[in-house]
Amino acid sequence: MSSAKSPGKAAPLPRKDDSQTPATASPADPPPDMARLIWNALDTLCPMHCIVDATGHLTHVGPTLQKLRPESPMAGARFLEVFQTTHPRDIHSMGALRAVAGHSARLRLRLRDRPYTDLQGVLAQTSDGGAIINLSFGISIIEAVQDYDLTNADFAATDLAVEMLFLVEANSAAMDASRKLTRQLQIAKIAAEEQAFTDTLTGLKNRRAMDHILTRMIDAGQGFALMHLDLDFFKLVNDTLGHAAGDFVLETVARIMVEETRDEDVVARIGGDEFVLIFHRLCDRTRLEEIARRVIARLEVPIPWQGESCRISASIGTTLSIDYPFPEAAQMLSDADQALYAAKRAGRALNVFHGDEVKTGT
Amino acid sequence: MHGLINRAIQCFVRDTYGPGKWSTVIRNSGVGVSDFEAMLTYDDSVTEALLNALATDLRKPRASVLEDIGTYLVSDRNVEALRRLLRFAGICYEDFLQSLNDLPGRAHLAVSDLDLPRLDLRAMAGGRFFLTVEPRKPNGMVGFGFVMVGILRAMADDYGALVMLDHRGERQGIEKIEITLIEAAFASGRDFNLGARSA
Repeated sequence: MSSAKSPGKAAPLPRKDDSQTPATASPADPPPDMARLIWNALDTLCPMHCIVDATGHLTHVGPTLQKLRPESPMAGARFLEVFQTTHPRDIHSMGALRAVAGHSARLRLRLRDRPYTDLQGVLAQTSDGGAIINLSFGISIIEAVQDYDLTNADFAATDLAVEMLFLVEANSAAMDASRKLTRQLQIAKIAAEEQAFTDTLTGLKNRRAMDHILTRMIDAGQGFALMHLDLDFFKLVNDTLGHAAGDFVLETVARIMVEETRDEDVVARIGGDEFVLIFHRLCDRTRLEEIARRVIARLEVPIPWQGESCRISASIGTTLSIDYPFPEAAQMLSDADQALYAAKRAGRALNVFHGDEVKTGT
Repeated sequence: MHGLINRAIQCFVRDTYGPGKWSTVIRNSGVGVSDFEAMLTYDDSVTEALLNALATDLRKPRASVLEDIGTYLVSDRNVEALRRLLRFAGICYEDFLQSLNDLPGRAHLAVSDLDLPRLDLRAMAGGRFFLTVEPRKPNGMVGFGFVMVGILRAMADDYGALVMLDHRGERQGIEKIEITLIEAAFASGRDFNLGARSA
Protein backbone atom coordinates (compact mmCIF):
# COMPACT_ATOMS: atom_id res chain seq x y z
CA MET A 1 0.00 0.00 0.00
CA SER A 2 1.13 3.55 -0.56
CA SER A 3 2.37 5.38 2.48
CA ALA A 4 0.55 8.30 4.07
CA LYS A 5 0.64 11.48 2.10
CA SER A 6 -0.35 15.07 2.66
CA PRO A 7 -4.09 15.62 2.87
CA GLY A 8 -5.94 17.11 -0.03
CA LYS A 9 -3.59 15.96 -2.72
CA ALA A 10 -5.20 13.70 -5.28
CA ALA A 11 -3.59 10.35 -5.95
CA PRO A 12 -3.55 9.34 -9.61
CA LEU A 13 -6.22 6.99 -10.83
CA PRO A 14 -4.26 4.14 -12.34
CA ARG A 15 -5.57 2.52 -15.51
CA LYS A 16 -5.43 -1.15 -16.13
CA ASP A 17 -3.22 -0.69 -19.15
CA ASP A 18 -0.82 1.44 -17.14
CA SER A 19 0.50 -1.53 -15.24
CA GLN A 20 3.55 -1.91 -17.43
CA THR A 21 4.47 1.76 -17.44
CA PRO A 22 5.24 2.99 -13.95
CA ALA A 23 6.66 6.21 -15.40
CA THR A 24 3.15 7.68 -15.72
CA ALA A 25 2.55 7.50 -11.97
CA SER A 26 2.10 10.63 -9.87
CA PRO A 27 5.34 12.45 -9.16
CA ALA A 28 4.13 13.02 -5.58
CA ASP A 29 3.93 9.45 -4.50
CA PRO A 30 4.27 6.73 -7.15
CA PRO A 31 2.76 3.54 -5.84
CA PRO A 32 5.08 0.58 -5.94
CA ASP A 33 4.45 -2.07 -8.62
CA MET A 34 2.97 -4.44 -6.07
CA ALA A 35 0.35 -1.89 -5.06
CA ARG A 36 -0.55 -1.33 -8.72
CA LEU A 37 -1.05 -5.02 -9.26
CA ILE A 38 -3.37 -5.14 -6.28
CA TRP A 39 -5.27 -2.05 -7.48
CA ASN A 40 -5.77 -3.56 -10.90
CA ALA A 41 -6.91 -6.86 -9.44
CA LEU A 42 -9.35 -5.08 -7.13
CA ASP A 43 -10.70 -2.95 -10.02
CA THR A 44 -11.67 -6.16 -11.80
CA LEU A 45 -12.81 -8.21 -8.81
CA CYS A 46 -14.67 -5.49 -6.94
CA PRO A 47 -15.13 -2.38 -9.08
CA MET A 48 -16.89 -0.61 -6.20
CA HIS A 49 -14.04 -0.82 -3.71
CA CYS A 50 -11.91 2.01 -2.40
CA ILE A 51 -8.66 2.21 -0.47
CA VAL A 52 -8.30 4.60 2.45
CA ASP A 53 -4.96 5.53 4.00
CA ALA A 54 -4.12 6.05 7.68
CA THR A 55 -5.17 9.72 7.53
CA GLY A 56 -8.60 8.76 6.20
CA HIS A 57 -7.94 9.88 2.62
CA LEU A 58 -8.94 7.89 -0.43
CA THR A 59 -5.86 6.74 -2.31
CA HIS A 60 -7.63 4.61 -4.88
CA VAL A 61 -11.23 4.25 -6.03
CA GLY A 62 -12.69 1.41 -8.11
CA PRO A 63 -14.05 2.44 -11.54
CA THR A 64 -17.74 1.84 -10.80
CA LEU A 65 -17.61 3.67 -7.49
CA GLN A 66 -15.95 6.63 -9.20
CA LYS A 67 -18.75 6.54 -11.80
CA LEU A 68 -21.17 7.70 -9.10
CA ARG A 69 -19.41 11.08 -9.11
CA PRO A 70 -17.97 11.40 -12.61
CA GLU A 71 -17.32 15.16 -12.22
CA SER A 72 -15.34 15.02 -8.98
CA PRO A 73 -12.51 12.53 -8.57
CA MET A 74 -12.85 10.83 -5.21
CA ALA A 75 -9.18 9.89 -4.91
CA GLY A 76 -7.47 12.44 -2.64
CA ALA A 77 -10.66 13.38 -0.79
CA ARG A 78 -11.34 12.29 2.78
CA PHE A 79 -13.48 9.16 2.82
CA LEU A 80 -15.78 10.61 5.50
CA GLU A 81 -16.26 13.80 3.49
CA VAL A 82 -17.62 11.81 0.55
CA PHE A 83 -19.62 9.31 2.59
CA GLN A 84 -21.44 9.55 5.88
CA THR A 85 -22.02 6.45 7.95
CA THR A 86 -25.61 5.61 8.79
CA HIS A 87 -24.65 2.48 10.70
CA PRO A 88 -22.63 2.52 12.86
CA ARG A 89 -23.73 6.13 13.23
CA ASP A 90 -21.53 9.18 13.61
CA ILE A 91 -18.14 7.87 12.73
CA HIS A 92 -15.92 10.94 12.43
CA SER A 93 -12.39 9.62 12.55
CA MET A 94 -10.26 7.10 10.76
CA GLY A 95 -9.70 5.37 14.07
CA ALA A 96 -13.42 4.85 14.59
CA LEU A 97 -13.78 3.69 11.00
CA ARG A 98 -10.99 1.15 11.35
CA ALA A 99 -12.54 -0.06 14.59
CA VAL A 100 -15.53 -1.35 12.57
CA ALA A 101 -13.26 -4.15 11.43
CA GLY A 102 -13.11 -5.36 15.02
CA HIS A 103 -16.92 -5.70 15.15
CA SER A 104 -19.02 -6.91 12.25
CA ALA A 105 -16.85 -5.22 9.61
CA ARG A 106 -20.15 -4.05 8.05
CA LEU A 107 -20.98 -0.47 7.25
CA ARG A 108 -24.00 1.38 6.00
CA LEU A 109 -23.16 4.57 4.18
CA ARG A 110 -24.79 7.40 2.31
CA LEU A 111 -23.27 9.75 -0.22
CA ARG A 112 -23.12 13.25 1.27
CA ASP A 113 -24.44 15.09 -1.79
CA ARG A 114 -27.20 14.44 -4.31
CA PRO A 115 -28.23 11.85 -5.27
CA TYR A 116 -27.94 10.57 -1.70
CA THR A 117 -27.45 6.94 -2.69
CA ASP A 118 -27.39 4.44 0.15
CA LEU A 119 -24.57 1.95 0.06
CA GLN A 120 -23.53 -0.98 2.14
CA GLY A 121 -19.93 -1.86 2.68
CA VAL A 122 -17.49 -4.23 4.24
CA LEU A 123 -14.19 -3.03 5.64
CA ALA A 124 -10.81 -4.71 6.06
CA GLN A 125 -7.87 -3.07 7.82
CA THR A 126 -4.54 -2.78 6.05
CA SER A 127 -1.16 -3.03 7.76
CA ASP A 128 -0.32 0.67 7.18
CA GLY A 129 -3.19 1.91 9.33
CA GLY A 130 -5.62 2.33 6.43
CA ALA A 131 -8.45 0.18 5.15
CA ILE A 132 -9.92 -1.39 2.03
CA ILE A 133 -13.67 -0.90 1.81
CA ASN A 134 -15.81 -2.73 -0.71
CA LEU A 135 -19.21 -1.22 -1.42
CA SER A 136 -22.44 -2.34 -3.02
CA PHE A 137 -25.84 -0.80 -3.66
CA GLY A 138 -27.97 -3.32 -1.83
CA ILE A 139 -31.63 -2.56 -2.36
CA SER A 140 -30.89 0.95 -3.67
CA ILE A 141 -29.67 -0.65 -6.91
CA ILE A 142 -32.98 0.08 -8.66
CA GLU A 143 -32.57 3.84 -8.35
CA ALA A 144 -28.80 3.70 -8.69
CA VAL A 145 -28.79 2.19 -12.19
CA GLN A 146 -31.16 4.96 -13.26
CA ASP A 147 -29.29 7.75 -11.50
CA TYR A 148 -25.85 6.74 -12.74
CA ASP A 149 -26.59 5.13 -16.08
CA LEU A 150 -24.81 1.92 -15.13
CA THR A 151 -24.40 -1.00 -17.53
CA ASN A 152 -23.75 -4.73 -17.13
CA ALA A 153 -20.04 -4.00 -17.57
CA ASP A 154 -19.99 -1.85 -14.42
CA PHE A 155 -20.62 -4.88 -12.26
CA ALA A 156 -18.24 -7.75 -11.58
CA ALA A 157 -19.29 -10.94 -13.35
CA THR A 158 -19.82 -12.53 -9.92
CA ASP A 159 -22.04 -9.71 -8.70
CA LEU A 160 -25.71 -10.69 -8.64
CA ALA A 161 -26.79 -7.08 -9.17
CA VAL A 162 -27.73 -7.58 -12.82
CA GLU A 163 -29.62 -10.79 -11.99
CA MET A 164 -31.48 -8.86 -9.35
CA LEU A 165 -32.41 -6.16 -11.84
CA PHE A 166 -33.54 -8.86 -14.24
CA LEU A 167 -35.72 -10.38 -11.55
CA VAL A 168 -37.24 -7.06 -10.55
CA GLU A 169 -38.16 -6.32 -14.14
CA ALA A 170 -39.33 -9.85 -14.96
CA ASN A 171 -41.37 -9.91 -11.79
CA SER A 172 -43.04 -6.60 -12.51
CA ALA A 173 -43.89 -7.76 -16.06
CA ALA A 174 -45.40 -10.96 -14.68
CA MET A 175 -47.27 -9.01 -12.02
CA ASP A 176 -48.67 -6.68 -14.67
CA ALA A 177 -49.99 -9.67 -16.60
CA SER A 178 -51.50 -11.16 -13.44
CA ARG A 179 -53.05 -7.88 -12.47
CA LYS A 180 -54.58 -7.56 -15.92
CA LEU A 181 -56.07 -11.03 -15.63
CA THR A 182 -57.42 -10.32 -12.16
CA ARG A 183 -59.02 -7.12 -13.39
CA GLN A 184 -60.69 -8.92 -16.28
CA LEU A 185 -61.96 -11.65 -14.00
CA GLN A 186 -63.31 -8.98 -11.67
CA ILE A 187 -65.18 -7.31 -14.52
CA ALA A 188 -66.57 -10.67 -15.64
CA LYS A 189 -67.63 -11.43 -12.07
CA ILE A 190 -69.48 -8.13 -11.75
CA ALA A 191 -71.19 -8.74 -15.08
CA ALA A 192 -72.19 -12.25 -14.03
CA GLU A 193 -73.58 -11.00 -10.73
CA GLU A 194 -75.44 -8.25 -12.49
CA GLN A 195 -76.90 -10.81 -14.86
CA ALA A 196 -77.86 -13.08 -11.97
CA PHE A 197 -79.91 -10.24 -10.47
CA THR A 198 -81.37 -8.85 -13.67
CA ASP A 199 -84.39 -9.80 -15.72
CA THR A 200 -82.84 -10.09 -19.16
CA LEU A 201 -85.93 -9.05 -21.13
CA THR A 202 -86.82 -5.86 -19.29
CA GLY A 203 -83.53 -4.99 -17.55
CA LEU A 204 -85.48 -4.76 -14.27
CA LYS A 205 -84.35 -6.56 -11.11
CA ASN A 206 -85.41 -10.20 -10.93
CA ARG A 207 -87.05 -12.20 -8.17
CA ARG A 208 -83.70 -13.07 -6.61
CA ALA A 209 -82.60 -9.44 -6.44
CA MET A 210 -85.95 -8.43 -5.01
CA ASP A 211 -85.67 -11.04 -2.22
CA HIS A 212 -82.19 -9.74 -1.34
CA ILE A 213 -83.25 -6.12 -1.25
CA LEU A 214 -86.39 -6.84 0.74
CA THR A 215 -84.44 -8.77 3.39
CA ARG A 216 -81.83 -6.02 3.57
CA MET A 217 -84.43 -3.30 4.03
CA ILE A 218 -86.24 -5.23 6.75
CA ASP A 219 -82.90 -5.86 8.52
CA ALA A 220 -82.07 -2.17 8.32
CA GLY A 221 -85.38 -1.37 9.99
CA GLN A 222 -86.36 1.15 7.32
CA GLY A 223 -89.94 1.98 6.53
CA PHE A 224 -91.06 1.12 3.00
CA ALA A 225 -94.08 0.24 0.90
CA LEU A 226 -94.37 -2.94 -1.15
CA MET A 227 -96.61 -3.00 -4.23
CA HIS A 228 -97.49 -6.20 -6.01
CA LEU A 229 -98.61 -5.37 -9.56
CA ASP A 230 -100.19 -7.83 -11.94
CA LEU A 231 -100.99 -6.96 -15.55
CA ASP A 232 -104.57 -7.46 -16.71
CA PHE A 233 -105.36 -8.75 -20.23
CA PHE A 234 -101.67 -9.41 -20.90
CA LYS A 235 -102.39 -13.03 -21.74
CA LEU A 236 -104.81 -11.86 -24.38
CA VAL A 237 -102.10 -9.78 -26.09
CA ASN A 238 -99.76 -12.77 -26.01
CA ASP A 239 -102.38 -15.15 -27.37
CA THR A 240 -103.72 -12.92 -30.15
CA LEU A 241 -100.64 -10.97 -31.28
CA GLY A 242 -97.90 -13.40 -30.35
CA HIS A 243 -94.89 -13.46 -28.02
CA ALA A 244 -93.03 -10.69 -29.84
CA ALA A 245 -95.90 -8.30 -29.09
CA GLY A 246 -96.00 -9.62 -25.51
CA ASP A 247 -92.27 -8.96 -25.08
CA PHE A 248 -92.66 -5.46 -26.48
CA VAL A 249 -95.50 -4.75 -24.03
CA LEU A 250 -93.40 -6.00 -21.10
CA GLU A 251 -90.52 -3.75 -22.11
CA THR A 252 -92.87 -0.77 -22.35
CA VAL A 253 -94.46 -1.58 -19.00
CA ALA A 254 -91.02 -1.81 -17.42
CA ARG A 255 -90.03 1.58 -18.82
CA ILE A 256 -93.23 3.21 -17.52
CA MET A 257 -92.75 1.81 -14.02
CA VAL A 258 -89.13 2.99 -13.90
CA GLU A 259 -90.25 6.44 -15.04
CA GLU A 260 -92.99 6.61 -12.41
CA THR A 261 -90.71 5.68 -9.51
CA ARG A 262 -87.71 7.38 -7.94
CA ASP A 263 -84.12 6.24 -8.37
CA GLU A 264 -83.99 4.82 -4.85
CA ASP A 265 -87.10 2.69 -5.42
CA VAL A 266 -86.92 -0.86 -6.71
CA VAL A 267 -88.83 -2.29 -9.64
CA ALA A 268 -88.59 -6.05 -10.09
CA ARG A 269 -90.20 -8.48 -12.48
CA ILE A 270 -90.93 -11.57 -10.42
CA GLY A 271 -93.04 -13.58 -12.85
CA GLY A 272 -94.40 -13.54 -16.41
CA ASP A 273 -96.58 -10.47 -15.92
CA GLU A 274 -96.07 -9.86 -12.21
CA PHE A 275 -94.03 -7.04 -10.76
CA VAL A 276 -93.00 -5.88 -7.31
CA LEU A 277 -92.29 -2.22 -6.57
CA ILE A 278 -90.57 -1.26 -3.34
CA PHE A 279 -90.75 2.37 -2.24
CA HIS A 280 -87.90 3.39 -0.01
CA ARG A 281 -88.95 5.32 3.14
CA LEU A 282 -92.39 5.98 1.70
CA CYS A 283 -95.39 4.89 3.78
CA ASP A 284 -97.84 7.67 2.96
CA ARG A 285 -101.05 6.07 1.74
CA THR A 286 -102.20 9.13 -0.17
CA ARG A 287 -99.01 9.46 -2.11
CA LEU A 288 -98.85 5.73 -2.77
CA GLU A 289 -102.42 5.74 -4.02
CA GLU A 290 -101.50 8.58 -6.41
CA ILE A 291 -98.53 6.69 -7.72
CA ALA A 292 -100.58 3.52 -8.18
CA ARG A 293 -103.30 5.36 -10.10
CA ARG A 294 -100.78 7.14 -12.29
CA VAL A 295 -99.03 3.87 -13.13
CA ILE A 296 -102.34 2.16 -13.94
CA ALA A 297 -103.45 5.14 -16.05
CA ARG A 298 -100.28 5.10 -18.07
CA LEU A 299 -100.40 1.32 -18.54
CA GLU A 300 -103.92 1.65 -19.90
CA VAL A 301 -102.75 3.87 -22.74
CA PRO A 302 -102.85 1.53 -25.78
CA ILE A 303 -99.37 0.43 -26.85
CA PRO A 304 -98.95 0.51 -30.64
CA TRP A 305 -97.19 -2.49 -32.07
CA GLN A 306 -96.77 -3.21 -35.80
CA GLY A 307 -100.01 -1.47 -36.74
CA GLU A 308 -101.91 -3.17 -33.92
CA SER A 309 -102.86 -1.72 -30.58
CA CYS A 310 -102.12 -3.61 -27.39
CA ARG A 311 -104.51 -2.81 -24.57
CA ILE A 312 -103.73 -3.84 -21.04
CA SER A 313 -104.34 -2.66 -17.52
CA ALA A 314 -103.04 -3.54 -14.07
CA SER A 315 -104.18 -4.35 -10.56
CA ILE A 316 -102.13 -3.53 -7.51
CA GLY A 317 -101.98 -4.73 -3.90
CA THR A 318 -99.94 -2.63 -1.49
CA THR A 319 -98.67 -3.26 2.02
CA LEU A 320 -96.68 -1.02 4.34
CA SER A 321 -93.83 -2.12 6.57
CA ILE A 322 -94.98 0.22 9.34
CA ASP A 323 -98.16 -1.84 9.72
CA TYR A 324 -96.11 -4.71 11.14
CA PRO A 325 -94.50 -4.80 14.58
CA PHE A 326 -91.92 -7.20 13.11
CA PRO A 327 -92.07 -7.12 9.30
CA GLU A 328 -91.21 -10.36 7.51
CA ALA A 329 -90.58 -10.64 3.78
CA ALA A 330 -92.77 -13.70 3.22
CA GLN A 331 -95.66 -12.27 5.22
CA MET A 332 -95.53 -8.91 3.44
CA LEU A 333 -95.41 -10.54 -0.01
CA SER A 334 -98.32 -12.76 0.88
CA ASP A 335 -100.35 -9.79 2.22
CA ALA A 336 -99.61 -7.71 -0.89
CA ASP A 337 -100.73 -10.68 -2.96
CA GLN A 338 -103.97 -10.93 -0.99
CA ALA A 339 -104.62 -7.19 -1.52
CA LEU A 340 -103.88 -7.62 -5.22
CA TYR A 341 -106.50 -10.34 -5.54
CA ALA A 342 -108.98 -8.17 -3.70
CA ALA A 343 -108.28 -5.49 -6.32
CA LYS A 344 -108.87 -8.01 -9.10
CA ARG A 345 -112.13 -9.18 -7.57
CA ALA A 346 -113.24 -5.56 -7.15
CA GLY A 347 -113.11 -5.08 -10.91
CA ARG A 348 -109.44 -4.61 -11.82
CA ALA A 349 -107.46 -1.42 -12.60
CA LEU A 350 -107.37 -0.66 -8.88
CA ASN A 351 -104.97 -0.40 -6.01
CA VAL A 352 -105.96 -1.98 -2.70
CA PHE A 353 -104.03 -1.58 0.54
CA HIS A 354 -103.61 -4.62 2.75
CA GLY A 355 -106.09 -4.29 5.59
CA ASP A 356 -108.66 -2.62 3.31
CA GLU A 357 -109.59 -5.83 1.47
CA VAL A 358 -112.93 -6.07 3.29
CA LYS A 359 -113.89 -2.48 2.47
CA THR A 360 -113.69 -3.22 -1.24
CA GLY A 361 -116.76 -5.30 -0.59
CA THR A 362 -115.64 -8.59 -2.08
CA MET B 1 -49.22 -24.96 -23.34
CA HIS B 2 -48.52 -21.88 -21.28
CA GLY B 3 -50.80 -18.96 -22.08
CA LEU B 4 -47.76 -16.75 -22.71
CA ILE B 5 -46.95 -18.79 -25.83
CA ASN B 6 -50.45 -18.51 -27.26
CA ARG B 7 -50.58 -14.89 -26.25
CA ALA B 8 -47.29 -14.31 -28.11
CA ILE B 9 -48.77 -15.84 -31.26
CA GLN B 10 -51.86 -13.66 -30.89
CA CYS B 11 -49.83 -10.45 -30.44
CA PHE B 12 -47.59 -11.40 -33.36
CA VAL B 13 -50.54 -11.86 -35.72
CA ARG B 14 -52.36 -8.79 -34.45
CA ASP B 15 -49.33 -6.46 -34.59
CA THR B 16 -47.95 -7.81 -37.86
CA TYR B 17 -51.06 -8.53 -39.93
CA GLY B 18 -53.85 -6.72 -38.09
CA PRO B 19 -56.89 -7.80 -36.04
CA GLY B 20 -58.77 -9.00 -39.14
CA LYS B 21 -56.14 -11.65 -39.81
CA TRP B 22 -56.33 -12.79 -36.20
CA SER B 23 -60.11 -13.26 -36.47
CA THR B 24 -59.57 -15.36 -39.61
CA VAL B 25 -56.92 -17.51 -37.92
CA ILE B 26 -59.15 -18.05 -34.89
CA ARG B 27 -62.07 -19.05 -37.10
CA ASN B 28 -60.02 -21.41 -39.25
CA SER B 29 -58.23 -23.02 -36.32
CA GLY B 30 -61.50 -23.84 -34.57
CA VAL B 31 -59.96 -23.36 -31.13
CA GLY B 32 -62.97 -21.44 -29.83
CA VAL B 33 -60.92 -18.88 -27.88
CA SER B 34 -60.28 -15.48 -29.37
CA ASP B 35 -58.29 -13.80 -26.65
CA PHE B 36 -55.53 -15.70 -24.86
CA GLU B 37 -54.60 -14.92 -21.30
CA ALA B 38 -50.87 -14.85 -20.61
CA MET B 39 -51.33 -16.23 -17.12
CA LEU B 40 -53.55 -19.21 -17.90
CA THR B 41 -52.68 -22.59 -19.34
CA TYR B 42 -54.25 -24.05 -22.49
CA ASP B 43 -54.23 -27.47 -24.06
CA ASP B 44 -51.18 -28.15 -26.27
CA SER B 45 -53.46 -28.89 -29.23
CA VAL B 46 -54.64 -25.26 -29.20
CA THR B 47 -51.13 -24.00 -30.03
CA GLU B 48 -50.76 -26.60 -32.79
CA ALA B 49 -54.10 -25.62 -34.33
CA LEU B 50 -53.21 -21.92 -34.19
CA LEU B 51 -49.86 -22.41 -35.88
CA ASN B 52 -51.30 -24.66 -38.58
CA ALA B 53 -54.13 -22.24 -39.35
CA LEU B 54 -51.67 -19.35 -39.46
CA ALA B 55 -49.20 -21.10 -41.76
CA THR B 56 -52.01 -22.12 -44.11
CA ASP B 57 -53.46 -18.65 -44.19
CA LEU B 58 -50.10 -16.95 -44.79
CA ARG B 59 -49.08 -19.62 -47.31
CA LYS B 60 -45.76 -19.93 -45.54
CA PRO B 61 -43.98 -22.97 -44.16
CA ARG B 62 -44.60 -23.44 -40.45
CA ALA B 63 -40.85 -23.05 -39.85
CA SER B 64 -40.69 -19.56 -41.27
CA VAL B 65 -43.82 -18.52 -39.37
CA LEU B 66 -42.11 -19.67 -36.16
CA GLU B 67 -38.95 -17.80 -37.08
CA ASP B 68 -40.98 -14.64 -37.74
CA ILE B 69 -42.56 -14.99 -34.32
CA GLY B 70 -39.08 -15.18 -32.75
CA THR B 71 -37.96 -12.05 -34.57
CA TYR B 72 -41.15 -10.25 -33.62
CA LEU B 73 -40.69 -11.07 -29.93
CA VAL B 74 -37.38 -9.22 -29.82
CA SER B 75 -37.69 -6.48 -32.39
CA ASP B 76 -41.28 -5.25 -32.12
CA ARG B 77 -41.69 -2.14 -29.99
CA ASN B 78 -44.88 -3.56 -28.49
CA VAL B 79 -42.92 -6.30 -26.71
CA GLU B 80 -39.98 -4.23 -25.54
CA ALA B 81 -40.13 -5.95 -22.13
CA LEU B 82 -38.87 -9.26 -23.51
CA ARG B 83 -35.97 -7.70 -25.40
CA ARG B 84 -34.90 -5.99 -22.21
CA LEU B 85 -35.08 -9.19 -20.21
CA LEU B 86 -32.91 -10.92 -22.81
CA ARG B 87 -30.40 -8.08 -22.83
CA PHE B 88 -29.82 -8.50 -19.10
CA ALA B 89 -28.14 -11.78 -19.95
CA GLY B 90 -24.95 -10.43 -21.48
CA ILE B 91 -22.79 -7.43 -22.25
CA CYS B 92 -22.12 -8.48 -25.84
CA TYR B 93 -23.61 -10.97 -28.32
CA GLU B 94 -21.12 -13.67 -27.49
CA ASP B 95 -21.80 -13.17 -23.81
CA PHE B 96 -25.51 -13.44 -24.60
CA LEU B 97 -24.91 -16.71 -26.48
CA GLN B 98 -22.98 -18.09 -23.51
CA SER B 99 -25.92 -17.30 -21.26
CA LEU B 100 -28.46 -19.21 -23.38
CA ASN B 101 -28.07 -22.32 -21.22
CA ASP B 102 -29.50 -20.26 -18.36
CA LEU B 103 -32.41 -18.92 -20.42
CA PRO B 104 -34.99 -21.54 -19.34
CA GLY B 105 -33.89 -20.97 -15.72
CA ARG B 106 -34.31 -17.23 -16.11
CA ALA B 107 -37.73 -17.72 -17.66
CA HIS B 108 -38.61 -19.95 -14.73
CA LEU B 109 -37.60 -17.25 -12.26
CA ALA B 110 -39.93 -14.80 -13.97
CA VAL B 111 -42.88 -17.14 -14.55
CA SER B 112 -42.57 -20.24 -12.41
CA ASP B 113 -44.83 -22.44 -14.52
CA LEU B 114 -43.24 -21.56 -17.86
CA ASP B 115 -41.12 -24.50 -19.02
CA LEU B 116 -38.99 -23.61 -22.03
CA PRO B 117 -37.06 -26.30 -23.90
CA ARG B 118 -33.56 -27.16 -22.65
CA LEU B 119 -30.90 -25.11 -24.47
CA ASP B 120 -27.29 -26.17 -24.74
CA LEU B 121 -24.59 -24.10 -26.45
CA ARG B 122 -21.30 -25.57 -27.67
CA ALA B 123 -18.55 -23.22 -28.79
CA MET B 124 -16.41 -24.36 -31.76
CA ALA B 125 -13.32 -22.82 -33.28
CA GLY B 126 -13.59 -19.77 -35.54
CA GLY B 127 -16.59 -18.08 -33.93
CA ARG B 128 -18.89 -21.04 -34.60
CA PHE B 129 -21.43 -22.28 -32.11
CA PHE B 130 -23.95 -25.10 -32.01
CA LEU B 131 -27.12 -24.66 -30.03
CA THR B 132 -29.31 -27.67 -29.32
CA VAL B 133 -32.96 -27.24 -28.37
CA GLU B 134 -34.57 -30.14 -26.58
CA PRO B 135 -38.22 -30.28 -25.42
CA ARG B 136 -38.72 -31.10 -21.73
CA LYS B 137 -41.51 -33.56 -22.45
CA PRO B 138 -40.78 -36.63 -24.65
CA ASN B 139 -43.41 -35.55 -27.19
CA GLY B 140 -43.09 -31.84 -26.64
CA MET B 141 -43.68 -29.36 -29.42
CA VAL B 142 -40.96 -29.48 -32.04
CA GLY B 143 -40.21 -26.18 -33.75
CA PHE B 144 -39.08 -24.04 -30.86
CA GLY B 145 -35.66 -24.11 -32.56
CA PHE B 146 -37.08 -21.98 -35.38
CA VAL B 147 -38.39 -19.47 -32.86
CA MET B 148 -34.87 -19.41 -31.38
CA VAL B 149 -33.40 -18.71 -34.84
CA GLY B 150 -35.67 -15.67 -35.08
CA ILE B 151 -34.74 -14.55 -31.57
CA LEU B 152 -31.00 -15.03 -32.21
CA ARG B 153 -31.21 -13.09 -35.44
CA ALA B 154 -33.05 -10.17 -33.87
CA MET B 155 -30.75 -10.16 -30.84
CA ALA B 156 -27.73 -9.98 -33.17
CA ASP B 157 -29.23 -6.81 -34.64
CA ASP B 158 -29.88 -5.56 -31.17
CA TYR B 159 -26.24 -6.02 -30.15
CA GLY B 160 -25.00 -4.83 -33.53
CA ALA B 161 -23.36 -8.18 -34.28
CA LEU B 162 -23.12 -9.81 -37.70
CA VAL B 163 -24.06 -13.49 -37.60
CA MET B 164 -25.05 -16.36 -39.86
CA LEU B 165 -27.75 -18.66 -38.56
CA ASP B 166 -28.65 -22.07 -39.87
CA HIS B 167 -31.32 -24.42 -38.55
CA ARG B 168 -29.66 -27.82 -39.06
CA GLY B 169 -32.81 -29.88 -38.67
CA GLU B 170 -34.15 -32.12 -35.97
CA ARG B 171 -33.29 -35.58 -34.76
CA GLN B 172 -35.43 -37.41 -32.21
CA GLY B 173 -37.06 -34.16 -31.23
CA ILE B 174 -33.74 -32.37 -30.65
CA GLU B 175 -33.19 -29.41 -32.92
CA LYS B 176 -29.75 -28.08 -33.78
CA ILE B 177 -28.84 -24.52 -34.76
CA GLU B 178 -25.50 -23.44 -36.16
CA ILE B 179 -24.41 -19.91 -35.29
CA THR B 180 -21.44 -18.21 -36.93
CA LEU B 181 -20.36 -14.95 -35.36
CA ILE B 182 -18.72 -13.05 -38.20
CA GLU B 183 -18.27 -9.71 -36.50
CA ALA B 184 -19.19 -8.89 -32.91
CA ALA B 185 -19.29 -5.12 -33.40
CA PHE B 186 -20.59 -4.81 -36.95
CA ALA B 187 -23.14 -2.07 -36.31
CA SER B 188 -23.96 0.15 -33.37
CA GLY B 189 -26.98 -1.90 -32.25
CA ARG B 190 -29.72 -0.66 -29.97
CA ASP B 191 -29.19 1.04 -26.63
CA PHE B 192 -29.64 -0.92 -23.49
CA ASN B 193 -29.84 0.89 -20.21
CA LEU B 194 -30.11 -1.25 -17.08
CA GLY B 195 -32.29 1.26 -15.33
CA ALA B 196 -34.71 2.18 -18.13
CA ARG B 197 -38.25 1.08 -17.53
CA SER B 198 -39.96 -0.69 -20.37
CA ALA B 199 -43.43 0.51 -21.19
